[in-house]
Amino acid sequence: MIKYIIKRLLQMLVVLFVVSLVVFIFTNYIGDPISMLLPEDASQEEIQQAIRRLGLDKPIHVQYGIFVKDILSGNFGKSYVFSRPALELIIERIPATLEIVITAMIIAIVLAIPLGVYAGAYPKRRSSKVIMAGSILGISLPSFWVGMMMIYIFSVILGWMPASGRGEAIEVFGMRLSIFSMSGWRHIMLPALTLALGNIAMLLRLTRAGMQENMRQDYVKFARAKGVSPKKVLFGHALKNALIPVVTVFGVRIGQLIAFTTITETIYAWPGMGKLLIDSIYMADRPIIVAYLMLVAVIFVVINFAVDIIYTLIDPRIELR
Amino acid sequence: MGNKLLEVKELRTYFHTFKGVVKAVDGISFSLEEGEILGIVGESGSGKSVTSFSILKLIEEPGVVEAEEILFKGEDLFRKSEKDMMKVRGREISMIFQDPMTSLNPLYTIQQQIEEMLKLHGNFNEGQRKERCIELLRLVGIPNPEDRLKSYPHQFSGGMRQRVIIAIALAANPKLIIADEPTTALDVTIQAQILKLMKELVYNEGASLILITHDLAVVSQMADRIAVMYCGKIVEEGSTDDIIKNTAHPYTKGLLNSIPRLNKNLNRLEQIPGMVPNMFDLPRGCKFAPRCKYSKEKCLVEEPKNIIVGRGHRTACHFPLKEGYILD
Amino acid sequence: MTTSAKSQQPKEKEDISIKERLNRIRSSEFIYNYKRNIPAIIGSIIIALALFVAIFGPLFAPQNPYDLTEIDLADAYKPPFWQEEGDSRFILGTDDQGRDILSGIIYGSRVSLFIGLTVMLMSCLIGTSLGLLSGYYGGKIDSLIMRIADIQLSFPSMLIALFIMSAFGRGVDKLLIALTLVGWVIFARTVRGETLSLKKKEFIEATKVIGLPNYKIIFKHVLPNVFTSVIVISTIKVGDFILTEATLSFLGVGVPITEPSLGLLVKNGFDVLFSGLWWVSVFPGLYIMMLVFGINLLGDFLRDELNPKLK
Repeated sequence: MIKYIIKRLLQMLVVLFVVSLVVFIFTNYIGDPISMLLPEDASQEEIQQAIRRLGLDKPIHVQYGIFVKDILSGNFGKSYVFSRPALELIIERIPATLEIVITAMIIAIVLAIPLGVYAGAYPKRRSSKVIMAGSILGISLPSFWVGMMMIYIFSVILGWMPASGRGEAIEVFGMRLSIFSMSGWRHIMLPALTLALGNIAMLLRLTRAGMQENMRQDYVKFARAKGVSPKKVLFGHALKNALIPVVTVFGVRIGQLIAFTTITETIYAWPGMGKLLIDSIYMADRPIIVAYLMLVAVIFVVINFAVDIIYTLIDPRIELR
Repeated sequence: MGNKLLEVKELRTYFHTFKGVVKAVDGISFSLEEGEILGIVGESGSGKSVTSFSILKLIEEPGVVEAEEILFKGEDLFRKSEKDMMKVRGREISMIFQDPMTSLNPLYTIQQQIEEMLKLHGNFNEGQRKERCIELLRLVGIPNPEDRLKSYPHQFSGGMRQRVIIAIALAANPKLIIADEPTTALDVTIQAQILKLMKELVYNEGASLILITHDLAVVSQMADRIAVMYCGKIVEEGSTDDIIKNTAHPYTKGLLNSIPRLNKNLNRLEQIPGMVPNMFDLPRGCKFAPRCKYSKEKCLVEEPKNIIVGRGHRTACHFPLKEGYILD
Repeated sequence: MTTSAKSQQPKEKEDISIKERLNRIRSSEFIYNYKRNIPAIIGSIIIALALFVAIFGPLFAPQNPYDLTEIDLADAYKPPFWQEEGDSRFILGTDDQGRDILSGIIYGSRVSLFIGLTVMLMSCLIGTSLGLLSGYYGGKIDSLIMRIADIQLSFPSMLIALFIMSAFGRGVDKLLIALTLVGWVIFARTVRGETLSLKKKEFIEATKVIGLPNYKIIFKHVLPNVFTSVIVISTIKVGDFILTEATLSFLGVGVPITEPSLGLLVKNGFDVLFSGLWWVSVFPGLYIMMLVFGINLLGDFLRDELNPKLK
């Protein structure tokens, strides 16, 4: 077990190293930091000075070394736009993003798993076919467009929900969260639903596929031969096995959700880290882009690790190697 | 002995697919006495497994089971509701499957899977259930049963798993056990152990056994009577002795000749020429005729009726290898 | 005629006919199920229509939105023709520049479909080749390719594409590269997995025993067997690529404004949505949805028919 964890930690380091290399190479193409930092009428001498100060005159591998050293010490530089440390700016916005990600996750689980079990257990029924066709429609929807349509219908036409922004945030467990206030709820529903939509369809299909596959297995037939009722076979035997891949894929989907908040947050002007990333890309605000990517890379690597551990807990066949 | 436990009359299981109807089991009748071991032998695709699932009405779409009647202890299973069948399955008739690797639910412990049976078909409290689990595991020869209760199926070898499955099958003291190729997936050395164990247990518990296999050699050591199936029909049925010594059907003869015998110095094994016919496109007359070296014109056009060739020994052949008379 | 010749001839003939029959059964079962699968037929019709519109659209589009001489600012903000202020020349209304929405969709769908299909072809080609290589030869190439794939797969492809595009800047060519960079992985993964299991099969081992050169084994025996999976993934992925492209364009890092795809049209509509000009964004979005829905309907059927194990 300890050996496995050490091995995984080393793998995680390798991944983060590769990511840092890729990020370093590509960010060199994002915008021109000199023009971002200096006024347009800067003199040649000022430009040279800035280049030296940013270390852009040094050989590329030395630049990378400095880059890694800065990252390890948590120093991503100051945002060109906000003139504040990039990492700080992002961390400030994490609670807002986590809020919609978690709300969307809960919506997706509550809706998708029962529907998936139903469609997998009774594939011949008309209602199952409707559910499946609906799920195909669900994965075909452009989420940015759905977001816009929801705003148009629920805010512009009906006026039920606010069109954008985040509700009143209250300090909870040291984080500023909006889901504990009434206005927070009204603000979060539309973005969370938009974010959940694609995941409902995906989770539903995964659950159904797992159910159908397990319903064909010998142990299900054996359970029937033991005299177990069809319902118990369904929920006691097949569902438990079907949920294993759902749990693992869902872990990975949390990462996807964090990525997709960039879209949702942009549409709803939600002050999370996704919107910050998009704004920074428009402004070529390099430090923030780098800090965002490295932070998100760490989050993903940790999530993947956690998923592997959970996997071994729910499936007795898997042993850590 | 002598009491009929199971009487299957004109069982038909058809699968309706778009390519046509597959008559997996096509009008077979057989019976079983209390305490008897019946072997059903046939090549793969002969309908022997479908027969076993049909008795318990566990055939799924697009399969349809039809029967004149399936009498078990005098009650007609064919006309029982699904709810009543649930009380028969496991309690009265239990099954042992072919592949021990996939028959157990990988996510439950051995104890949970045996207890499921005890909860369904008995009134035990928690302590009694545990006692019974240990007793059952000991009965099927699993060493240190107390320690293995909390194990998961993947921690057992194939042979050990099949023992667990036998323990589950025996848990509710059923009157009939149907074993569908119980040893096919196991090593040869373990096969013999499992078969011996099954024979002993069936005898000691006073149960009956239907042993389904493609291996005539296995059946001849185990069974009191044998039914040979070919293309969804029983082509010969009789006591084990009669089937082996007074073989009446050319197909049975073919099967017997293809068993290797160590003490006989045969240079080459005989084989049955040809292949099992396509189930969508069965021959018109005797299903075996195209592969039969004794076949005549009549065999190709007319389906053979049952012929009694001895006491409790019948065959469906126009020209049996043994003299007989046509029943009715 | 001698007896031996007589008995041999039909046997030979039977060999062919069994093979033929098997083929016929396989193809007929596929066709049979297809004809009874209404969603698959609907999907095919949508795809066929979309392709027709994309190829021949400019011939009957009311307007060429690229041609500034055809556009009149006086026509701006016209609602669809059934509304009071609608104009029968602009069936689905016009945008803030006076461009016809319907024409915009026709021309935009050309960009979207071109990107989706090209990326699919490139990803398929690169991914399948790498997958075959990786699975068939194993060893160092395999572990290198698969490590890259693993690392990529642990990040959402949307995010990777977004990052690459923000570095490259807008452009159709850059989009093709960025989307292919994220798209090849799924092909490589699947093909490698199937090649690995094929390699263990007797018929492949047999070809090795008779000394067939590797490239022949790969092309004649391995490739045909992974082909169905490649077709399924390709179909499903086209929809995926079109959606990702639309999303990137919506975020402003996709196609340039000179070559508006459907996603960019929606973005243009977003800016005016709050002033009630719903038609500018609703119709392009609906078109994306229909297009991807059609592709996914067909893809879903193909998966169920050809390889249900694919995710």
